[in-house]
Amino acid sequence: MSAAAATAGEWPLWEVFVRSRRGLSHAHVGSLHAPDAEMALRNARDLYTRRQEGVSIWVVPAAAITASSPDEKDAFFDPAADKVYRHPTFYAVPDGVEHL
Amino acid sequence: MTEPAPTPVTPTAVTPTRDPRISYDAGTYALRLGDDALVLAQRMGEWVASAPQLEEDVALANIALDLLGQARPLLSYAGSLLPGADGAARSEDELAYLRDERDFTNVQLVELADNGDFGRCVARLLVFSAWQQELYASLAGASDDTLAAVAAKAVKEAAYHRDHATQWVLRLGDGTAESHQRMQAAVDAVWPYVEELFEPDAVTSSLAAVGMAVDPASLRDPVLGYVSAVLERATLAVPSTRVRHSGGRHGIHTEAMGHLLAELQHVARSHPGASW
Repeated sequence: MSAAAATAGEWPLWEVFVRSRRGLSHAHVGSLHAPDAEMALRNARDLYTRRQEGVSIWVVPAAAITASSPDEKDAFFDPAADKVYRHPTFYAVPDGVEHL
Repeated sequence: MTEPAPTPVTPTAVTPTRDPRISYDAGTYALRLGDDALVLAQRMGEWVASAPQLEEDVALANIALDLLGQARPLLSYAGSLLPGADGAARSEDELAYLRDERDFTNVQLVELADNGDFGRCVARLLVFSAWQQELYASLAGASDDTLAAVAAKAVKEAAYHRDHATQWVLRLGDGTAESHQRMQAAVDAVWPYVEELFEPDAVTSSLAAVGMAVDPASLRDPVLGYVSAVLERATLAVPSTRVRHSGGRHGIHTEAMGHLLAELQHVARSHPGASW
C-alpha cells in the first residue's frame, strides 16, 4: 500500500475472480478495497463466496490490469464478425461435454 | 439480522435414563457456551455500518452471524435440559430475550463494550476465537451428541474468525506508531478478562469426568500460546497484569451488560409474542 493511499485513508482496489467449481475457469465477479493482497483474499471470501459460490479465489490489483479501450472497439472486435468459419459449428459436439 | 440462519442442529431428545444431575450440568454448560456466542454476536453486530470500510462491515457481520448460528442450537439444547418452572422446555427465544442479567452465564470478556475502538474489537476477537477454536476442536469428540455436532460444525467458523483477528492484530500492531500504541492499549484493556475463560468449576469437572465437556484449564496453554505468538509477531507485549475479572459464569456482569441486554431484548419485551 502506498503511503499516499494510507494517509488518505483509502485502500487500493482489487479485482476478484472466483472459480465456482472444479473444471471451470475463474470468472470475474467484482471488485473490492483492501490494504494488501492477504486481506483482499479474505474480503473476497466474505463478500463473494458467502453462498457457496466458489472453491477458489484470485485477487488482482486493479492497477495491474491493462484493459482494451472502448475507443478501439471497432478495430479490435468488428473484424471477427464475418468469419463464420472460425466457429466449430461444422462438428458434432459429443454428448456430455458441457463446457466446450 | 434478517438473514436466514444456517440449518440448526436438532437437539437430541433428553435421554430419560440419563442421571438428572448430569442432565442439569449439561444444560448449564450448553447455556454458558450459547450465552458466550449470543452476547459476542450482539457486540460484533454493533459494528455493521461502523467498521473502517464496507468490506470490514461485511466481514464482522459474517462473524456475528456465525456466532448467532452457534448460539441457537446451544440455547435450544440448554432449554430442553433446563425446563422452566412449569416443567416445559424453554425455547431459544425465551432464553435469549426473557432472561435477566443475573441469569446470563457468559464470560465477561464477550460483553465488554468496544466503544467504537476497532483495536478492542479485534483484540477480544483474537482471544475469544482462539479459545473457541481449541474448545470446539476438543468438544467435537465429546460423548454428548448434540454438543459434539455443534462443535464439529463451529470449529471451522472459529478458525476463520481467529484468522481474521490475527490478520488485523498483525497489521495494527506492526503498523504505524499510532496503530501500535492503540493496539497495545486494546490488548491491555482486554487482558484482565482472559483468565476467566480457563476457570474450571463443579459443572465442568463433573461433565469432563464423563467426557461431555472440555476442562477449561486444559485450554489455557494452547490458547495463550497461540495468542502470545501473534502478539509477538505483531511487536506487541503480552500484558503482565495480575488483575483478573471473573464471575460471568455465575451471573456477575460488568456495567456494559445491562446496556447490551436492553438493546438485545427491548423489542421482544415491548411486543411479547410478536413475529415478523
